[in-house]
Amino acid sequence: MEKSINIKVKVWRQAGPKVKGMFETYELNNISTDASFLEMIDILNEQLVKEHKEPVAFDHDCREGICGMCSLYINGHPHGPDQEVTTCQLHMRKFHDGQVITIEPWRSRAFPIIKDLMVDRNAYDKIIQAGGYVSVNTGGIPDANAIPIPKPKADEAMDAASCIGCGACAAACKNGSAMLFVAAKVSQLALLPQGQVERAARAKAMVAKMDELGFGNCTNTGACAAECPKSVSLIHIARLNREYLGAKFKD
Amino acid sequence: MNDTIKIENGVFTVPVPDGQLSEKWTNYKSHQKLVNPANKRRLDVIVVGTGLAGASAAASLGELGFNVLNFCIQDSPRRAHSIAAQGGINAAKNYQNDGDSVYRLFYDTIKGGDYRAREANVYRLAEVANDIIDQCVAQGVPFAREYGGLLDNRSFGGAQVSRTFYAKGQTGQQLLLGAYSALSRQVHKGSVKLYHRYEMLDVVLVKDKNGIERARGIIARNLVTGKLERFFAHAVVIATGGYGNVFFLSTNAMASNGSAAVQCYRKGAFFANPCFAQIHPTCIPVHGDYQSKLTLMSESLRNDGRIWVPKKKEDAEALRAGKLKPTQIKDEDRDFYLERRYPAFGNLVPRDVASRAAKERCDAGFGVNNTGLAVFLDFKYAIERLGRDAVEARYGNLFQMYEKIVDENPYETPMMIFPAIHYTMGGIWVDYELQTSIKGLFAIGEANFSDHGANRLGASALMQGLADGYFVLPYTIQNYLADQIQEPRLSTELPEFVKAEQDIKDKITRLLNIKGKRSVDSLHKELGQVMWDNVGMARTEASLKEALVRIKEIKKEFWNNVYIPGDSASMNVELEKALRLADFLDVGYLMALDGLNRNESCGGHFREEYQTEEGEALRHDDKYSYAACWQYRGEDQDPELFKEDLTYEFTVRAQRNYKS
Ligand SMILES: Cc1cc2nc3c(=O)[nH]c(=O)nc-3n(C[C@H](O)[C@H](O)[C@H](O)COP(=O)(O)OP(=O)(O)OC[C@H]3O[C@@H](n4cnc5c(N)ncnc54)[C@H](O)[C@@H]3O)c2cc1C
Ligand code: SF4
Ligand code: FES
Repeated sequence: MEKSINIKVKVWRQAGPKVKGMFETYELNNISTDASFLEMIDILNEQLVKEHKEPVAFDHDCREGICGMCSLYINGHPHGPDQEVTTCQLHMRKFHDGQVITIEPWRSRAFPIIKDLMVDRNAYDKIIQAGGYVSVNTGGIPDANAIPIPKPKADEAMDAASCIGCGACAAACKNGSAMLFVAAKVSQLALLPQGQVERAARAKAMVAKMDELGFGNCTNTGACAAECPKSVSLIHIARLNREYLGAKFKD
Repeated sequence: MNDTIKIENGVFTVPVPDGQLSEKWTNYKSHQKLVNPANKRRLDVIVVGTGLAGASAAASLGELGFNVLNFCIQDSPRRAHSIAAQGGINAAKNYQNDGDSVYRLFYDTIKGGDYRAREANVYRLAEVANDIIDQCVAQGVPFAREYGGLLDNRSFGGAQVSRTFYAKGQTGQQLLLGAYSALSRQVHKGSVKLYHRYEMLDVVLVKDKNGIERARGIIARNLVTGKLERFFAHAVVIATGGYGNVFFLSTNAMASNGSAAVQCYRKGAFFANPCFAQIHPTCIPVHGDYQSKLTLMSESLRNDGRIWVPKKKEDAEALRAGKLKPTQIKDEDRDFYLERRYPAFGNLVPRDVASRAAKERCDAGFGVNNTGLAVFLDFKYAIERLGRDAVEARYGNLFQMYEKIVDENPYETPMMIFPAIHYTMGGIWVDYELQTSIKGLFAIGEANFSDHGANRLGASALMQGLADGYFVLPYTIQNYLADQIQEPRLSTELPEFVKAEQDIKDKITRLLNIKGKRSVDSLHKELGQVMWDNVGMARTEASLKEALVRIKEIKKEFWNNVYIPGDSASMNVELEKALRLADFLDVGYLMALDGLNRNESCGGHFREEYQTEEGEALRHDDKYSYAACWQYRGEDQDPELFKEDLTYEFTVRAQRNYKS
């Protein structure tokens, strides 16, 4: 049932990439527990604008858990305390009256802060650009049903492909590793017949790019999968390791 | 002005290729001009937008060898609003052997659009749809499959065949990631340069040596630094999506906007059929005034879910008061009103029909939820028939999404749904080649006024976006660019660029200096309320006239009393929102004006004065068989109306009938 709570939010404020940031605390009263977490920040921003102060900058777009744009470290968890949701799907009913909520940006070497809670995740795009695709041009393609794909394989590829590129995996990892993200893409394409031709080259190129961009090494702590809002499984990291070793072995 | 448009007495027709419907596109491709490989490298194309339309176009043009500049607002092209599409994408593969064909897909689309789209374009769309599925599978898009390993299909509203391909409830995501991967490959190769966290703020027109104005670039704001930047190209492609957020609350993503369309409109491009907006019947109902957006529950749910409200008013009242649970209402006391009213299509009637039927029941006092503004979508029957596991396999992620938002379990209690604004059929007018009324300016995807006429069928927007981007524009734009190979790259120091940038600077300064009392969102909400009440699911002459007055008032309030903190020389989210709202005010006005002009009901445009005795939409083909093209005439005047006459050579127009 809907109720209202009063909370305090401790928010990371940082005017730009090169300046020092700090926490500011704000009080918010009568927040409906049916409001989403981002709606709570909207209310805070509306309040700040009224007081002629700068609103808090944060990333968001779809607000339904699919675009991967929202982020936020909430009380020590990427995407907050709820399981299998992104920050935009988190609701205030997961918090209680009088609670102090700490909100920080992703903190990861490869994701520099732009402003307040907004970070630059361009590194993930660069990893995909390095080889996260099947090299086909538009047109001249055989019929879609020409190659049957066993349903279990297609389903597993779909699970891997569910990754929304949010960056929570790297943010959650004490080493700042992007393994789960990379594994999701490598695994999706390795499972499908379409991905076979470039299989070895893809794994190598994407891992090399990840290392180059300053992401840390994977030491199998599993923190990434525990915090991943889309439940991308550690199985994919195991598959990536096999793909990578196999590719190296062929060299 | 685009020379394919010859206006006489305010009316024009658009030339389309010769031949039977099925020959036109082939004929076009056989005779169009092409650009040879060496010249392609010398030609620059700006593509604004990285949704399905923009990403597929940018990738395909890059593959062909053009030099592409691709812009998006978000931090990554993969986050474009297309990512949120759930249900699926249509194609006439006839894999199910249920009688589908290109002609049937064409016919359903034309009929679904209530005969307000251009036949030749729609046929081409149906024709290339099959190639899209092949393309996506080749990219590794993990569409749902049957146990035999072949592709699975589901059915969608407005069709009697199963032609919808899907990837769980995340079809848009998978298709966009496919297009994004093709785009990423071109970025890696260097043929496409990406500008993310950039927002286009104007299109730049430059006259050629014959005095013809052509689109030659854009001005965009770097959203991180706040800097305005100028970009030249030989052609500009607008793929910026729809303007549904004019309603404030919609199923669109927060950054979805109508600004690029308005910028083109203000530079002379026709804005066509602005009043054709789609209200989607299955969204999660509004719950509070702090609400920032509405969440869609995929239409595919109507395949297995049954829609109902209580038969008895007292039950509805008890439900609203929380004294009764929906599961306590016996089957015989439930009114499955869609099945009752439309026996042939039942719960699968097109969206506009389903939305209005829900409104009718709620207006009559049978609505549920504490607001009375909701109806039930019940899976009890599907679970009895198919088992919980099968239902979970089909809709698991949608059910999870619902539960996270509403805090109720849809396996155990029926979902509550209500209509919400979802898609805009109107948009920038384009000809057969997807070129706007300005030379060298093209529009694709939801941003154009599209192939959907007055109403879009489910799973057809993804189809159209990808058809435009992969298979139509990469051909048609060459017919234009072939004549531009002699044109050198222009300097962005030209007065046209300098002036365009200065105009934006002035506008931003003016906005920042208002320093009034109202937040951008508070004004946007006010506009949204006027739109919903007056230009929503059911419109009247009076409501539309009132909307015109109210929107003018809000516009005045905005320009005199908005408060925007911060400055323009750095990231400023409130300023971004204000610039978008300034344009939404124009879009809203155009929608009301267009709705007032169109004295008929058709598709998403329902005028209460024009309905049959049974409450169905009543078209007036004798008077309104045209696309309404509005041309800007300055701030103090209403725009001028031109009419693209729609002639139906290959289809017989009938009143839409989903009853039998
Ligand atoms: C919740 C939801 C579910 C849907 N489900 C389906 C479905 O199942 N099947 C179906 O067929 N359709 C569906 N649709 C409709 C469909 O998703 C959209 O119509 C389609 O994806 C639009 O694609 P687009 O490429 O035209 O634009 P968009 O995907 O909206 O992309 C717009 C792009 O333009 C950029 N942009 C906008 N303005 C500017 C600017 N000024 N400067 C720079 N960049 C700019 C944005 O950053 C973005 O990259 C759904 C829509 C919604 C809202
Ligand atoms: S693997 Fe999970 S946490 Fe990492 S980017 Fe993808 S969705 Fe986010
Ligand atoms: S805003 Fe899109 S996933 Fe959260």
